[in-house]
Amino acid sequence: MTTATTAEADIVVIGAGHAGMQLVDSLRSEGFTGTIALMEAQGGVPYQRPPLSKEFMASDPDASDDSAKQGVVLRGPNFFAEKRVDFVPGRAVASVNRQSHLLTLNDGSRFGYGRLVFATGAINRALTVPGAELDGVVGLKTLADAGQLRERLRQAERVVVIGAGFIGLEFAAVARASGCAVTVMEFNDRPMKRALSATTGNYCAAAHRERGITLLLGEAVDSLPGDGAKVNAVRTVSGMTIPADLVVVGVGVAPADELAQAAGLVIDNGISVDGMLATSDPDISAIGDCASYPIAGTGARVRLESVQNATEHARTLARVLTGHGSAYDAVPWFWSVQGGIRLQIAGLFAPGDVEVTLGSPEQGRFSVLLFRDGRLVAVESVNRAADHVAARRVLSSETACQALTAEDAADPDFDFKQFSRSIMVDA
Amino acid sequence: MAKIIYQNAAGLSRTVEQDAPVTVMRAAIENGVDGIVGECGGQAMCATCHIYVDDRYLDALQPIGDDEAEMLDCTAADRDEVRSRLGCQILVGEAGGHLDEIVVTVPSTQV
Repeated sequence: MTTATTAEADIVVIGAGHAGMQLVDSLRSEGFTGTIALMEAQGGVPYQRPPLSKEFMASDPDASDDSAKQGVVLRGPNFFAEKRVDFVPGRAVASVNRQSHLLTLNDGSRFGYGRLVFATGAINRALTVPGAELDGVVGLKTLADAGQLRERLRQAERVVVIGAGFIGLEFAAVARASGCAVTVMEFNDRPMKRALSATTGNYCAAAHRERGITLLLGEAVDSLPGDGAKVNAVRTVSGMTIPADLVVVGVGVAPADELAQAAGLVIDNGISVDGMLATSDPDISAIGDCASYPIAGTGARVRLESVQNATEHARTLARVLTGHGSAYDAVPWFWSVQGGIRLQIAGLFAPGDVEVTLGSPEQGRFSVLLFRDGRLVAVESVNRAADHVAARRVLSSETACQALTAEDAADPDFDFKQFSRSIMVDA
Repeated sequence: MAKIIYQNAAGLSRTVEQDAPVTVMRAAIENGVDGIVGECGGQAMCATCHIYVDDRYLDALQPIGDDEAEMLDCTAADRDEVRSRLGCQILVGEAGGHLDEIVVTVPSTQV
């Protein structure tokens, strides 16, 4: 069954990633009865991102060429018909006319909107060194990227990953497990520095090295030499040459805000939105990776790149657009799986936070509690899911956060799970 | 052969059958079974594929893992100490496995 296409909709959502798909789903479950259209430049069915650098990458490419069987489809085949969403794969928005509430699509046609929602996500930052255009230098963002990279990984022997962020390290762990010689290069002095405390970052560095990954910290790429059209090494700024038949670039992402910027919306590290997720144009909202929003209570702006941020933004906006929403106030949480490291994070780390470690980094099971101005702000857990669960609970309660001091947490008898239960009963 | 029967609190029932082995979470997503979210993609990280296993099938399940046991403490609907599991951790229809069929109840909420 195909859904009818129209030339207008009450709500038009741009982007069928985690944020856009959850929004159209939640709009219907919140009782929205108007028309909905979903625009997505990529062809094919919408898919889940997290497995792309993990299980999907580690799976056998010959097992199936059907994305449904690869375990990454985001919703079932009847989703759009059941939810009455006008969706045509590959139909993209070229420009936005805010005065006339009209979009121009990539086929030149016009499409009207009552409310417009940007759920455009992020795009990979490009490496701009000589040789970056060579064959064998690839990024990882889309399902197509992941499929191509998984195929290349089968032939590869020497892999260099540029950038020790989450995606780069997840991929590095898979590449190492498949038998490749793997080098990860990182400009900073520890991996995942933007997101993680020194204790957790340094633990991950040691754990990856123990599994045989060469981790070069404080090192940058000078150029990518090639043999004809194909890359064959990575040359570093300090003068090293690392042979490579596959170079994976993971140097972060930038918000996909060009269309919004061209439409004249306020941009501030992505599309700037208020607590109700509205942009500087009250008829336009933005959610997920592309949007920077004010953290409830502090007013500081943040832009997060995570599934939870995308889907919680979507659920909040669905409530707002159906008339019973309140300002976004979810506690951010993230996860990563890198070989044997199961990393779970709740809250947001900032440099200068006071660290208290529970458990044992030596045994690969620990949590780092982070305090700022005497208040618990974030918890990083490695192979300690109980602490992560406790952290989500405690961080969602101001009373609970205030009740815990770094001194209490540093007591050898302190049990975070027990604390979370006692305090939540009291609160 | 895998057969999964999803029930909800309102008494509605959906049956999913397929040849290849599949988890209770994945089969729900791919077949549009309401009430199972599976936000993390199946890594026992998000606890949004919480289900209650019908008593008859409890003995055939693999023992619960530490991560799954802990994550079940942050489900949106109340945890049942005996029947609650994460759908992503229950594989049905595996060759040589003990579980070709299962009946589960989907909770009223996952988030």
